[in-house]
Amino acid sequence: MAVSAKAARKAKRKKPRATSETHFDQHAPSKLGAASLALLKSRNLKRSLSLVLFFGIWQLLCVTQFNFLINFAFLPSPIDVWSATITFFSGNAVVHIAASIQRVLLGFGIAAVLGVGLGILIGWFRPIEDLVFIPLELLRPIPAVAWIPLAILMFPNAEAGMVYITFLGAFFPILISTIRGVESTDIVLLRVGQCLGAKQWHIFKDIVVPGAMPNIASGLVIGMGNSWFCLVTAEILAGRFGVGYLTWESYVTSNYPPIVMGMLLIGLMGLLSTLVVDRLTKLLMPWRVTKKQEF
Amino acid sequence: MATLIEKPIDTLMKGSVDVEDLSVVFKRRDQYGPLLVLESTSFRIHPGEFVCLLGPSGCGKSTILNLIAGFLKPTKGRVLVDGYTVESPGADRGFVFQQYSLLPWKTTFQNVEFGLKIRGVSRAERTDLVNDYLNRVGLYNHRHSYPHQLSGGMQQRASIVRALVNSPSVLLMDEPFAALDAQTRHMMQELLLNIWSDLKSTVIFVTHDIEEAVFLSDRILVMGVRPGRIKETVEVNLDRPRHLDIMLSSEFLNLNRQVFELIREETLKSMELG
Ligand SMILES: Nc1ncnc2c1ncn2[C@@H]1O[C@H](COP(=O)(O)OP(=O)(O)OP(=O)(O)O)[C@@H](O)[C@H]1O
Ligand SMILES: [Mg+2]
Repeated sequence: MAVSAKAARKAKRKKPRATSETHFDQHAPSKLGAASLALLKSRNLKRSLSLVLFFGIWQLLCVTQFNFLINFAFLPSPIDVWSATITFFSGNAVVHIAASIQRVLLGFGIAAVLGVGLGILIGWFRPIEDLVFIPLELLRPIPAVAWIPLAILMFPNAEAGMVYITFLGAFFPILISTIRGVESTDIVLLRVGQCLGAKQWHIFKDIVVPGAMPNIASGLVIGMGNSWFCLVTAEILAGRFGVGYLTWESYVTSNYPPIVMGMLLIGLMGLLSTLVVDRLTKLLMPWRVTKKQEF
Repeated sequence: MATLIEKPIDTLMKGSVDVEDLSVVFKRRDQYGPLLVLESTSFRIHPGEFVCLLGPSGCGKSTILNLIAGFLKPTKGRVLVDGYTVESPGADRGFVFQQYSLLPWKTTFQNVEFGLKIRGVSRAERTDLVNDYLNRVGLYNHRHSYPHQLSGGMQQRASIVRALVNSPSVLLMDEPFAALDAQTRHMMQELLLNIWSDLKSTVIFVTHDIEEAVFLSDRILVMGVRPGRIKETVEVNLDRPRHLDIMLSSEFLNLNRQVFELIREETLKSMELG
């Protein structure tokens, strides 16, 4: 869809030059009509529109001091948040952002390696499942906040504790998705392997793991988001830097626009990093077809 | 006399299958209790023979194939392939499944190559062999396509070639063409006979389709309803090589009718059984 919109824009630029003036005049309305139709169909346009709507409605609710079920009267409006953002970026924004990104990526990276590795082992080998699965399930429902006191006791410094908490957010979704992926291996494909003389290693490497890849990928995508989800919790431990820390700190000092800015910044970084993970895992699976309904 | 002629051939060529007194009981957890699927079934298939297993739905055709493949253990009796008891699946018995069973993450070429790669055949040899086979079934130009980019018929051709490239002594096929449309099915049948005439490995082919059984096989084992066993054997002495036009010959039609009658009795019985 995005391609066709680009093509339409190109056509709009090129054609008038190629055709004579009179021709152009005659065909102008229909051409414009086609171009605007293509633009309307463009997915990028729809996506930008969704953002405009989101912020527009929010601004409107604040300006009108909307108060039914949810009270918008005291909430910072998008414009307040925007000025807080300007202030933030004219200060040491980069340091805060870099600190947060580093923690999340480290926590996520460790979670990805351990979650996928352990998930494959648990999914494929019954004795390993029996040995470790129940304790892991016991730990899984515990919220990240509850880990804060222990994180302080468990690790030599706050930095490691924070990485641990972002790790927790990503680890369980990755683990569970990987286990499910391995367990859902198609019996027919296993039999195919056996009839071609494949021993355990080949069946594992060429059938079980690739078959689990779509599940692993969705685990990684969810895990990436969850790591950011846990960032504010993690950075309660932080002394000075971090977007989550900033958000928490602004709450303590009752300074509301930076809170919303911090929230949106976390949302934005979560969105972008999830997008990257999604793209990277898709690169690993050129064989996948994804079909969606287009209206 | 027969044994005297048979013996030397048996030792020369691989691919004999002996099914000896085979019984299978499935344990079921529902209220119906254990299900006797096969009872004391015995038959023998000679090296290089093309045999069809034909019978009403649920009579145990797939079960027999799964036992020969080694996916399933018999409750009683045994299966011998080339004189050895089948214990587990192995590369000497190729299998073509009804459902599309190409590995979705491998291209056509990689799928066909897989068995050779496992066996440690060198890359150059693999490439030659796989390309040769892909050429013969008209898939060379699709060798870099993933399975989802192929039609059903192409996928089944690739599955057949994937099994054959390892030169198995027995090729087991479980309704491989059942999901295809009539035209494609006929093309595939002819193609299969074509490749098989060069290789002469033993083929055991399960089907519902009487025409298909008569067209393909040297011998049809007609199975009866539960508990399944071989009810009748029909020899198909049509000349080879066979082409689709023999389906119009009176010999073919007579055989067809003969098998049809046998099957009809069994299907009626199976419907009464429910
Ligand atoms: N794993 C199993 N557990 C319990 N019952 C089974 C199992 N596999 C097959 N059966 C039963 O055994 C019988 C024979 O099954 P089988 O698949 O061999 O039939 P079939 O002749 O191949 O039928 P179709 O032509 O429909 O494929 C059926 O009644 C089926 O319900
Ligand atoms: Mg079957």
